[in-house]
Amino acid sequence: MANELIGKDFTPPDLHGKVTGRARFAEDFRADGMLFCRLLTSPVPHGRVRDIDASEALAMPGVMAILTADDVPLIPAPGNPILTNEPCYVGEPILAVAAVDETTAQDAIEKIKLDLEPLPFTVDPLESLHPDGPNARSDGNTIRPREGVEELKWTVEDFAAAADGQLPMGEPMVEWSYGDVEAGFAEAALVLDESFVTAGTSHHSMEPRSAMAYWQGGKCYVFGSSQSQSFVTPALANYIGISPEDLVFVAEYCGGGFGSKGGPYPVMSIPAHMAKKTGRPVMMRISRAEENFIGSARAGFQGRIKMGFRGDGRVTAVDLYIVQENGPNSGFGDFNSAAGAVSLVYTPLAMRFRAIPILTNTPARGAQRGPGQNQIATAVEPLIDKAARQLGLDQVEIRKINAPDNDSRYGSRQQSITSAYLSEALDKGAEQFDWTAKRAQSGQRNGSKVIGVGVGSAFHSAGSSGFDGLVRITPDGKLHIHTGVGNLGTYSYASTSRVAAEVLEYRWENCVIVRGDSSRALPWNLGQFGSNTSFTMTRTNYVAAMDALQKLKEIAARDLGGRPGDYDVGNETVFARADPSRRMTYAAAARRAIQLGGRYSGEEAPEDINNMTKAAVREIAGTGLVGVARDNLGRPGTVPALAAGFIQIELDLETGKVEILDYVGVADCGTVLHPQSLATQIKGGAVMGFGMACLERHVYDTQYGLPGTVGFYQTKPPSYLDVPLEMDWGAVDIADPDNPVGSKGIGEPVMGCAAAALLCAISDALGGHYFNRTPVVPDMILNAASGRAQSHRPLQVNTQ
Amino acid sequence: MTDVRPAGVDLPGAAVHPRPHADDPFDAALLMLEGRRNVSRREFIKGVIASGVAVSGATYFGAACTGLAPAPLGGGVERLISLNVNGQVRRVDVLPGETLAMTLRYKLGLTGTKLGCDRGECGACTVLIDDVAQYSCSTLTHRVRGQEITTVEGLETPSGELHPVQQAFIDELGPQCGFCTPGQVMSAVALLKANPDPTREEARAAMAGNLCRCGAYDHYLNGIMRAAREA
Repeated sequence: MANELIGKDFTPPDLHGKVTGRARFAEDFRADGMLFCRLLTSPVPHGRVRDIDASEALAMPGVMAILTADDVPLIPAPGNPILTNEPCYVGEPILAVAAVDETTAQDAIEKIKLDLEPLPFTVDPLESLHPDGPNARSDGNTIRPREGVEELKWTVEDFAAAADGQLPMGEPMVEWSYGDVEAGFAEAALVLDESFVTAGTSHHSMEPRSAMAYWQGGKCYVFGSSQSQSFVTPALANYIGISPEDLVFVAEYCGGGFGSKGGPYPVMSIPAHMAKKTGRPVMMRISRAEENFIGSARAGFQGRIKMGFRGDGRVTAVDLYIVQENGPNSGFGDFNSAAGAVSLVYTPLAMRFRAIPILTNTPARGAQRGPGQNQIATAVEPLIDKAARQLGLDQVEIRKINAPDNDSRYGSRQQSITSAYLSEALDKGAEQFDWTAKRAQSGQRNGSKVIGVGVGSAFHSAGSSGFDGLVRITPDGKLHIHTGVGNLGTYSYASTSRVAAEVLEYRWENCVIVRGDSSRALPWNLGQFGSNTSFTMTRTNYVAAMDALQKLKEIAARDLGGRPGDYDVGNETVFARADPSRRMTYAAAARRAIQLGGRYSGEEAPEDINNMTKAAVREIAGTGLVGVARDNLGRPGTVPALAAGFIQIELDLETGKVEILDYVGVADCGTVLHPQSLATQIKGGAVMGFGMACLERHVYDTQYGLPGTVGFYQTKPPSYLDVPLEMDWGAVDIADPDNPVGSKGIGEPVMGCAAAALLCAISDALGGHYFNRTPVVPDMILNAASGRAQSHRPLQVNTQ
Repeated sequence: MTDVRPAGVDLPGAAVHPRPHADDPFDAALLMLEGRRNVSRREFIKGVIASGVAVSGATYFGAACTGLAPAPLGGGVERLISLNVNGQVRRVDVLPGETLAMTLRYKLGLTGTKLGCDRGECGACTVLIDDVAQYSCSTLTHRVRGQEITTVEGLETPSGELHPVQQAFIDELGPQCGFCTPGQVMSAVALLKANPDPTREEARAAMAGNLCRCGAYDHYLNGIMRAAREA
């Protein structure tokens, strides 16, 4: 294997299209005769459709069809429906109307008489847990794993048992523990017990999830906004009601997803259903406001954590309880991930975890960048600082003494991990940031402004295995790397493809990445989510290229004599090691592969690959030398991505404004594949983290269940003016032993560590004030600075 | 330094063009929509919606669909106008309340201009109007008759050479997902036209109207500073 490409910058092939406007996002596709459809969405937080009178709308010139929940496959509750007759949040799609233009479709929507029966609703999990509290769904207020919706209420005694401001802890839905938790607290020199709230937040992808679809030749063509490619197609086909072979799914570019477009989502199938009904192509443009409702959101937490510390800062025991604001549907297991993160980032000697997801009549929740891990980082990291302050320890040191190493264990089952270098990341960051000098400036005043410093750490699991790789050398000598992972915008689809080039010692100029359209013979790959691509896809591309390498050597041995093991590769030729004049170019080998057929040219495929990959191999059979394999490389445990962030701020005690002066983020993501894109992840993740820490939140009106934060201006992502003028980054760059090139993912913890560091810096500037809440907004800072009580109750949600 | 402002604000030094005039009944309606006659923002938006932000769709009707187009609805009638886009005069039918973003994307095939919010919040739709960066989602097409419109598609030379900002965004890996990128490119181009040698602080202020959810600001700023150096 060469070492020419890994760790070096390059220009990803999709970049030119982004700066010239040629990149085609879902709404950029057109088809002859294209109709437009608009959605009628729920005006109420919970209701039941009694009647839909669309007669006036359908009589309008130019109106082509209406599509209701009765026309589309029923997604079993509590899955996210395509359309619904029992909307469970404001903005949930009830029906769609197609017309010759969008104005007509919208005018028709206005003419539809919708008879809705209002139903009880809730936007506060603790309210729903009260004995007589409302349920978000007709059949209950929580979800039992693998069983579905049910009702669970806490008792009056449960609520009365909690001290003022502390989270009541009634019956949980999930519970696990390891070690002796009580003994851990008994031996602790310091025990902290804090309740906290983290707000739900919209994903706010810049590209709303518009989609276009048409039917042709018995196949359905869908042009959608998706982080993922192959992983999405089976479920999307299911939403449409066809077999995956009859779906052509085009997803060349994705205008941001952050988890919300990682897996298949039901509304993407609406234009496909409408196109079938009308016999015409249908474009469904999603507005910014609609995206706010159907574009997913991060779950909020109402939680409580008790932590025991030894005098040296070592965490002896943790007792964590999370009530998750889950939205009305299945949501995402943020609470489980949060507990896993606590178990790894602080490696407590003993831990108990309890949680319950509670359904709310707010947008359906899904994974958002570091789902669970990042919320808990914002709650726990400032608490670590509180402990450090009380124990007289440095904030970096207390994190290092608890940081995981390669022998640390993860989660409820205390599984092994592949590698962990958080201590090294903290050291590197402290040096790059000049922590000692910056920390000495903590508390310095400049008029009304005060300096604060903070450090944060975060985790996400970062790799999977068992997916397929597919490469092809064509008779022109080019290497085609078929990747079904998707293109969420991190360039990892490209940097991981370079592993195949390394194995075959290809010049990158002679490589072509094949992607973006399920009809282009793409293998079965995991989606682009969960920080997994760098680990998972380097492995699939490695095994496929190794298969191609073996075939090259076999062909050479067959034609030039000797055994395959006598051969080596270089300069895009395969040659006998003992006599390099016995050589064959890759182009010639590809022609021979076609002549030989069988497994050499993809006429035969391995048994253990996925059916989707088998179909892809059939598609390209006979066109070159085909390398294809399932990733059967071992994976002994969880793959940790870890990150540390260092921040210095200036906090204005008169306005509550926080200005970030300096930021350094450091990643433990194994061997660095592509420095430039790693830099963008570390800095971009930090920017999103700043938003989570100080700007963004859902606010729902408790009386009517209406949203108070729709669009960018009410829950604002950070702008150029909210981030430091320059940002810095670094990487530990130590190889993971369970990846052929040493790589691990990183996209998620780089957000959590920054959010945590910013909150810690704010606390630091305020002399150690612990807010018990994310986001921390200016009025909270002003109240804290002046010693006033906050304007919200301790566990209140939907605060401004 | 440049800024992003709604169309209709007269710019000092801008060339004289046959702009909409209240004596023309069609233009009078346009000007009212635009807020010149104390029409509230709310009414303006309602007007835009009612009069057909969406394209009539006629462009996309195949022969098989002839006769399916509705009579114009919502009180709008298309009017054939000339637009100067990327140095070419384009003839196009435009509704009174049609935004420039929709004209570009759905009638002129210029899909490089993106719609991220369609309400003046994000900047993905930024184009140049007489060299000033403006939100095309909040600009009525009729209002820019006679003005020079530049979109991201208009930056490359005929031989395919990229604008220095585009090249610098490649060199510095500016874009992540790329959806806000055309808007970022156009704001940066406008900045460098007005201020070829900005400080990083000035560049940041000039770019503040362009949101990027991926948080690629540091790399975009690196790109702008590089473009300024290398131009």
